[in-house]
Amino acid sequence: MEQDTIAAISTAIANGGIGMIRISGKDAVSVADRVLRLHGGKTLSDMKSHTIHYGHVYDEDEIIDEVMVTLMRGPKSYTREDVIEINCHGGVYVLKKILELVISRGARLAEPGEFTKRAFLNGRIDLSQAESVMEMIQAKNEYALRSSVRQLSGRLSDEIRNIRSELLHETAYIESALDDPEHISLDGYTVPFKEKLEHIRERLQHLLSTSENGRILKEGISTVIVGKPNAGKSSLLNTLLNEERAIVTNIAGTTRDVLEEQLNLNGILLRVTDTAGIRETKNPVEQIGVEKARESMKDADLILYVVDTSTELDENDMEIMKLLDQTPALILLNKSDLAPKVTAQEMEHQLHAFCGSETSFRMISVSAKEGSGMDELEAAVREMFLSCEVKGEDEMYVTNVRHKAALSDALSSVLLVLKSMEDGMPEDVYTIDLMNAYRSLGLILGEEVEEDLVNEIFQSFCMGK
Amino acid sequence: MQYIEENYDVVVVGAGHAGCEAALACARLGLETIIFTVSVDSIALMPCNPNIGGSSKGHLVREIDALGGQMGINIDKTFIQSKMLNKSKGPAVHSLRAQADKANYSMEMRRTLQSTDHLTIRQAEVSELLTEDAAQNSVRRVTGVKTVTGAVYHSKAVVLCTGTYLQARCLTGESVTYTGPNGLMAATHLSESLKQNGVELFRFKTGTPARIDGRTIDYSRMEEQKGDARVVPFSFTTDPESVQIEQVSCWLTYTNERTHEIIRNNLDRSPIYAGIIEGTGPRYCPSIEDKVVKFADKDRHQIFIEPEGIHTTEMYVGGMSSSMPEDVQQEMYRTLPGLEHAKIVRNAYAIEYDCINPNQLYATLEFKKIKGLFSGGQFNGSSGYEEAACQGLIAGINAAMQILGREPLILDRSEAYIGVLIDDLVTKENHEPYRMMTSRAEYRLLLRQDNADLRLTKKGYEIGLISKERYEWVCQKERLIEQEVARVSRVHIGASREVQELLEQYGSIPLKTGVTLAELIRRPELDYEKLAPIDKERPQLACDVIEQVNIFIKYEGYLSRQQKQVENFKKLEKKRIPEDFDYDEVPSLRIEARQKLKLYRPASIGQASRISGVSPADVSVLLIYMDSMRKHRDGVSKKDEI
Repeated sequence: MEQDTIAAISTAIANGGIGMIRISGKDAVSVADRVLRLHGGKTLSDMKSHTIHYGHVYDEDEIIDEVMVTLMRGPKSYTREDVIEINCHGGVYVLKKILELVISRGARLAEPGEFTKRAFLNGRIDLSQAESVMEMIQAKNEYALRSSVRQLSGRLSDEIRNIRSELLHETAYIESALDDPEHISLDGYTVPFKEKLEHIRERLQHLLSTSENGRILKEGISTVIVGKPNAGKSSLLNTLLNEERAIVTNIAGTTRDVLEEQLNLNGILLRVTDTAGIRETKNPVEQIGVEKARESMKDADLILYVVDTSTELDENDMEIMKLLDQTPALILLNKSDLAPKVTAQEMEHQLHAFCGSETSFRMISVSAKEGSGMDELEAAVREMFLSCEVKGEDEMYVTNVRHKAALSDALSSVLLVLKSMEDGMPEDVYTIDLMNAYRSLGLILGEEVEEDLVNEIFQSFCMGK
Repeated sequence: MQYIEENYDVVVVGAGHAGCEAALACARLGLETIIFTVSVDSIALMPCNPNIGGSSKGHLVREIDALGGQMGINIDKTFIQSKMLNKSKGPAVHSLRAQADKANYSMEMRRTLQSTDHLTIRQAEVSELLTEDAAQNSVRRVTGVKTVTGAVYHSKAVVLCTGTYLQARCLTGESVTYTGPNGLMAATHLSESLKQNGVELFRFKTGTPARIDGRTIDYSRMEEQKGDARVVPFSFTTDPESVQIEQVSCWLTYTNERTHEIIRNNLDRSPIYAGIIEGTGPRYCPSIEDKVVKFADKDRHQIFIEPEGIHTTEMYVGGMSSSMPEDVQQEMYRTLPGLEHAKIVRNAYAIEYDCINPNQLYATLEFKKIKGLFSGGQFNGSSGYEEAACQGLIAGINAAMQILGREPLILDRSEAYIGVLIDDLVTKENHEPYRMMTSRAEYRLLLRQDNADLRLTKKGYEIGLISKERYEWVCQKERLIEQEVARVSRVHIGASREVQELLEQYGSIPLKTGVTLAELIRRPELDYEKLAPIDKERPQLACDVIEQVNIFIKYEGYLSRQQKQVENFKKLEKKRIPEDFDYDEVPSLRIEARQKLKLYRPASIGQASRISGVSPADVSVLLIYMDSMRKHRDGVSKKDEI
């Protein structure tokens, strides 16, 4: 079967265990050779099928990890195509790094369930299993879509939306001039257009370079615990720290008011800051603490907002909710062991009032005192930042890599337009790549293109007879 | 009173741009064909703008020509001005547009019909579609038509090309007439018969500006717009020398604040803003009322004054279609420089009409639920003469193919603008009269007007509408292009003094080392012809061959990228979905996808993937299901053999 080459992380992320990246397709061997240096200086293409090799993964000259590589040539493989499996020392960061590398060297990130789909279409999987394969594909897709969109912070998705609408507008302008050259002219257009496009290029590059991806996994998720005094912030932190699975290190915070703890939540590093209550205060000493808390909320990757459900919401809660609209947050309904004065429904109502009805927050009932709800909290964090398929039947993937791949596709399209301009190509060839960029960014937001361009043309430009 | 008139192979209802192409195709393929019109004097009438072609529409005309249609040949004989639009842009968007002499165009098409064997012309209003139960599940079969005077015409196929005539209603301000375009009789009965046959109808709307007596126009206050010095014909069969005629001019003027004020003050009398019009209008040719309201920040709009022909003094006011009352029209047209003393010959009006939701059609333009019934043109929810003509041609061809028991002609999105147009109509939701646009063609670098013959002549030949001689001529052209492309990619040019001087002459960077001729052609400031002096072994080639070589070399990278995309696209198009496929049997399809798929009944996985509401995961599910069905079938047949 003539198909492109796909890759994905194929094991569940476990703490410190072995991780595996699977590559399948006609270029699997050559793609792998582009990131590998085998012991003894040979390449995989020299090797026999069904053999295992020791070597290192390199990014240019930087060594990424020590690996064992399995080579299986089609049709004697899971997908009946050439399959390479790179086994590394795991660690989420390394796995993702290798996957990204493989993608940048010619593979495409596998769609959810795609290995199994190929295995089926290439006759590897039995007919009786067809139905479960179909179900699996729908389920994985829905999951990927949901977690992908949830994972975007408001800021990031806003920026992508902005870039997209600028791309669409420029495309529509060029297209309207091509369709109706007597009403709309492109004279003198290329100069301002080039400026706009350079700006878009910079912004895409910026998004790529700061993509939360690597940093979060390498340095940990900067997490802030907020809540009014006595909501149970400290006991939550202590509960998390006392969990057996948590690996604890203490680092004194920069000030007395903000203390940073590091904890490893089953493979994911959290850098937790406990803050003072957020209430507006006139006391100068206290004010510094409040300011710090506000600052850390702004810079955080994740906010854990602890709500004391045994007392009514007060002005502290209102202040906190005001600040919740930008950063991903989990709402922890604490003291679930006591009779509730605040319900999940009421919280949702309040949050909508402060943050708009389109933002939705995940709410988790916990009791910091009794340690209940901690598993759910852990799963939620994992989902927000890694979106790993923990079931891991045949593959596991990280949705963030999908975002990054889409961003860099968009960037390459924009670069192609700039190149076309440099080569003196006419405007009508720009729009093809502009729309490709638009489409790539749409993948991140889960949006289809459909009639967007035609709609924009008619909305923004006065056409015709 | 009803009586049997005669039997035909094909009945074509309507003799506009779609109907004429449909009837000609069928008759030329040897089928006994009858074409009905409400007025024989109005065959191939151009009731709106007096031109053919334009951006992307010019492509359609070229494609019609390459398939053996008539529009290109006839406009070449009757144009009075011609321009290649977008010449400063890339070749993919070059577009030919000609001003037509409307009366001559209509006359020429009438002459063409009259001189075609097997073709009968009949003036009558078709009032009923005759059908019978087909043996298949809930599908009916067409048996003919009945006219309003009671005559029954039996036929094997019917092609509906009713344009804007069904239940037509024209509006000029408060004045409403129940007529078709240009005051012609509307067709008032057929809609009901179609509904009884289960056809779903939409109500669309369009409009046209006033015609003004040229004798009352002061052209000195307008900018003259001349045709091209060297005219390029539409048809690949037209001798280029035959179209170098004396051309007439168009004129450019502008609306102003005073125009806009009059319109704003009278909006309450506009049928659209007063809510009298129910139909959905096209966004690309908005009325002047719409332009003023929607683009309130624009202080003027361009208006083109175009001649309607050489036998008439009437001038078309392009850009100012309207449904304002007559007195407001008088006043607003006269605010334009040059039109201060203008006299209106015909009022501007809006027209409402019945058309179908085209999702009821297969890509062959046959109704899914009525076998033998085909349709084309504005009746299918499109707009424009060229859009109509190409659908008429395809509908006619496929009616003929069905009767002859041959494979239908379906052009895909990578083969022709016609393919894009029809795929959009039958696959996407259509909420307004559909107009072709270059931005709708995702592979447009490959679908150029200059290579329509290379893309489609073979198909026209296989169908039987293109002569062997013409086909072989295109094959020869193809060979010459290939050879020359190979040659210029091979020939090396050294950094000789002659070469450096030529480069300098065009402001091109001098050579440091030798390069191929192709590399020089690719430089923006150079092209194939400019390099003639340094290309000693260049063979003598026709200019259309040279054009192709030049484009191929200059855009090679872009073309091969699109070619790759097309290959991927074709893979999914080739996976056909059986006509009787039961989507309810497929597990794991999402409900929305299942409903849409059942409604549209796509012919291929590729088409399925373009239906809004069908996700990539649904497409994967479909693929796997179809594959498992195939394996199952193979398994069963193997067992049978044993």
